[in-house]
Amino acid sequence: MKTMELSRREFLKGTGALIVSFNLFPTASDLFAQATSGGEPDPTQLDSWIAVRQDGTVTVFTSKVELGTGVETALAQIAAEELDVSWTKIKVDMGDTEKTIDQATTSGSRTIERAGPQIRQAAAAARKELLRLASEKLGAPAEKLTVKDGVVSVLGNPSKRISYAQLIGGKRFNVTIQAEGKAGDLKLAQDVKPKDPKEYTTVGKPVPRFDLPPKVTGQAVYVHDVRIPGMLHGRVVRPPVINTPPVNIDEDSVRKISGFVKVIQQGSFVGVVAKTEWAAMQAAKALKVTWAKPTTKIPANTEELYDYLKSTKSFTTLKGVDKGNPATALTKAKKQYEATFRWPFQLHGMIGPSCAVADVRGNKATIWSGCQGPFRTRASIATLLNIPETNVRVIYHEASGSYGRMSNDDGAEDAALMSRAIGAPVRVQWSRQDEHGWEPKGPAQTQVLKAGIDDDGKIIAWEFTDYSFPWTVSSITTLLASQQVGIKSKSPGSGNGNQGGGEIYAFENSKVLAEEIPWLQPEPFPLRTSNLRAPGQLSRCFASETLLSEIASDLGVDPVELRLGYLTGDQRGTDILKAVAEKSRWQKHSSPAANSSGTTVTGRGVAMTRRTGGYAAAVADVEVNKSTGKVTVRRVTLAHDCGLIVNPDGVKNQVEGNIVQGVSRALLEEVAFDGNGVTSLDWDSYPILKFTDVPDLDVVLINRPEVAPLGAGELATVPIPAAIANAIFDATGIRLREVPFTPKRILAGLQQKS
Amino acid sequence: MARISLKVNGKTQVVDVDPETPLLYVLRNDLQLNGPKFGCGLAQCGACTVIMNGNAIRSCVTVVSSVRNQPVTTLEGLGSTKKMHPLQQAFVDEQALQCGYCINGMIMTSKALLDKNPKPTDSQIKEALAGNLCRCGTHTRILRAVKRASGQKV
Repeated sequence: MKTMELSRREFLKGTGALIVSFNLFPTASDLFAQATSGGEPDPTQLDSWIAVRQDGTVTVFTSKVELGTGVETALAQIAAEELDVSWTKIKVDMGDTEKTIDQATTSGSRTIERAGPQIRQAAAAARKELLRLASEKLGAPAEKLTVKDGVVSVLGNPSKRISYAQLIGGKRFNVTIQAEGKAGDLKLAQDVKPKDPKEYTTVGKPVPRFDLPPKVTGQAVYVHDVRIPGMLHGRVVRPPVINTPPVNIDEDSVRKISGFVKVIQQGSFVGVVAKTEWAAMQAAKALKVTWAKPTTKIPANTEELYDYLKSTKSFTTLKGVDKGNPATALTKAKKQYEATFRWPFQLHGMIGPSCAVADVRGNKATIWSGCQGPFRTRASIATLLNIPETNVRVIYHEASGSYGRMSNDDGAEDAALMSRAIGAPVRVQWSRQDEHGWEPKGPAQTQVLKAGIDDDGKIIAWEFTDYSFPWTVSSITTLLASQQVGIKSKSPGSGNGNQGGGEIYAFENSKVLAEEIPWLQPEPFPLRTSNLRAPGQLSRCFASETLLSEIASDLGVDPVELRLGYLTGDQRGTDILKAVAEKSRWQKHSSPAANSSGTTVTGRGVAMTRRTGGYAAAVADVEVNKSTGKVTVRRVTLAHDCGLIVNPDGVKNQVEGNIVQGVSRALLEEVAFDGNGVTSLDWDSYPILKFTDVPDLDVVLINRPEVAPLGAGELATVPIPAAIANAIFDATGIRLREVPFTPKRILAGLQQKS
Repeated sequence: MARISLKVNGKTQVVDVDPETPLLYVLRNDLQLNGPKFGCGLAQCGACTVIMNGNAIRSCVTVVSSVRNQPVTTLEGLGSTKKMHPLQQAFVDEQALQCGYCINGMIMTSKALLDKNPKPTDSQIKEALAGNLCRCGTHTRILRAVKRASGQKV
């Protein structure tokens, strides 16, 4: 997190106020720690990763960014551990394309898994070099030296000592390290042996997050708070329906607004620029634009949407499992199960809508952005402005939590177009309606699942097919502004994943497929899609885990027992399920529960998943009011295994947030649309979970020092909708095939049952 | 444009703005007080909350001309990283946030609550914060932070 205190060179004290003042490009002294002056940091130079200051503090440079998930602190812990420096002395300089190496976009909950080892190895290499320097100064071999909080001393002779600051403070290492591969696959200093996890003293501790004190006092500088001298305010004016060009723009409609500067039009892109934010808001609202009639249509309702998903040829098939022959096995099954599941478009729902500041001067651009991928934004801005990537500097400032939304930095493109057109820095802030309407949504999905059991009740066939829309990826699928100025996508987008379709179970014959269905039309439309936290997997897990519980119920078997029977050979999977059963005091039973009578009924359900090497299992306790149809989740118990835990409280915070967001998505969330566009354009029409409906949470963390550390940003949200659906069945005997579990759907289910 | 005198965080300042401007934009852009955040502009999420005359209000829908000289407190008026207000400290002690974009609203709404009701029950806290949206899902930690700040057992 950048704060007014930390990024001191970026702030000048004004008249009782703080005004951000930036150089277009940093001076040499700003980058003293970098191996190359003026050029791009070189991954093979230790100085590109680590700098020891004269005051003994250590700065770690990373292109990974703090999105509110706590990775700044966790990466600092990893560096502190290898360097034997207190975590209080570590600072993390994040997401500036001039100062950091591209370590891939911060997404997929893979920062700890991928960037963690990169930082660890860089820190280990720095320690090795510091010990070498100390060995020379102290006249003792490196293996006779010990380090405590950045002070090297000779074993058995503690008076012979020298600090890291004395050794190299303010100076460059000038050491070359091994660097193979790129971005997330970059392997650093593989020849340097890191610490044995058994010796860890900082990793594994609940270190308080660095970014919280500035955040609770209003001192943190979010991207929304960045202000540049001479900066103007911009607002986008999007077409009311799907993307169409403007036929006529009546500038007279806004000319009288005090502070109004200019209407910007390039291709189909329209925006307004004003001296004050309020004037820009008024102008965006008042500007009269006649848009061309749309030539293509989006589905008018959900039936058309799911028909499209099911009937359109996929452009790629992702295979999860392909084992045996489920089609043949199904014909031999004693009983077959078949069900179709539906999952609506859902919002990332950033509380702070998109915002960015751009300063485009000639063929150079500086972008202040809250994006997840600074290098990805750099590439898309360079393409948009038709300038070299190295002429674009992206400076990261934290935005609102984005859950995948800021993988695609629409706001930065808007700001860049407006800044270039007006010749001044421009800050673009999207309205709430802009964000709800135009953010790239979590894809709608539908699954068809067939299963069969033999005479003994054993599942002998499992055939799971997911139909889903792909993701927008700004490097291959252009964003709103890019499309509006005529830049074409190079690809239909990236797949929505294939985990969560029952691949963790050892069924004899199993096929798990994910079909990627192309978008309805090539232009950007409000229902364009992108990666939303644990992409696609909540939906797939909802389908597979509820059908599995349905089979258990049909067989009169406890759903935990049934799952354990198919987790043979998967110790972590078995352990996680047993852990949640124990913590939740699970009592073996077959659903629905015997006590499901009366107006208010209660039930509990279980579900589990594996995602990118981590395991989570959840038990949900729900209450269903049979007269109103309202579902209340009373408690969620969740067991979580993300390998070695770097910061237990950080992981717990992530797990809790994942659960709450999962409850919200399961009970409430569905993007509404008609043939013209999105109609749920505010928090009343697209509600999210409120304080009064948040369940009690009970989290069990399983630490596995023998397994490399993995992310915790997505895993725990996956099994929540499935666990809730299974709990609703336990309470009421109704099986839900579609999310969200609204009172209307519950009442319809109850009516159908009776 | 009009010159309007505002009393924010105990300090009187004169701003020259369109009198119809919502208070939020004056605080953020004219007074550089970034604690209050823009979330919706519709009084639906609470990110912009400030305290005026002891009440938590939504500055995104409060016209600045209606404020004139009524005492306004923003997040910055409670404390700084060097000297945090007990509520701010409690939020840190409970690590009760993730992205923190909503947290201004959570703290300011809780401040107004505790000023009126120093020992609120869990359900009173939940009710008071029901109009404040958090997308990261730190609700249970926020609840503990408010209880901690009120001196009650967490």
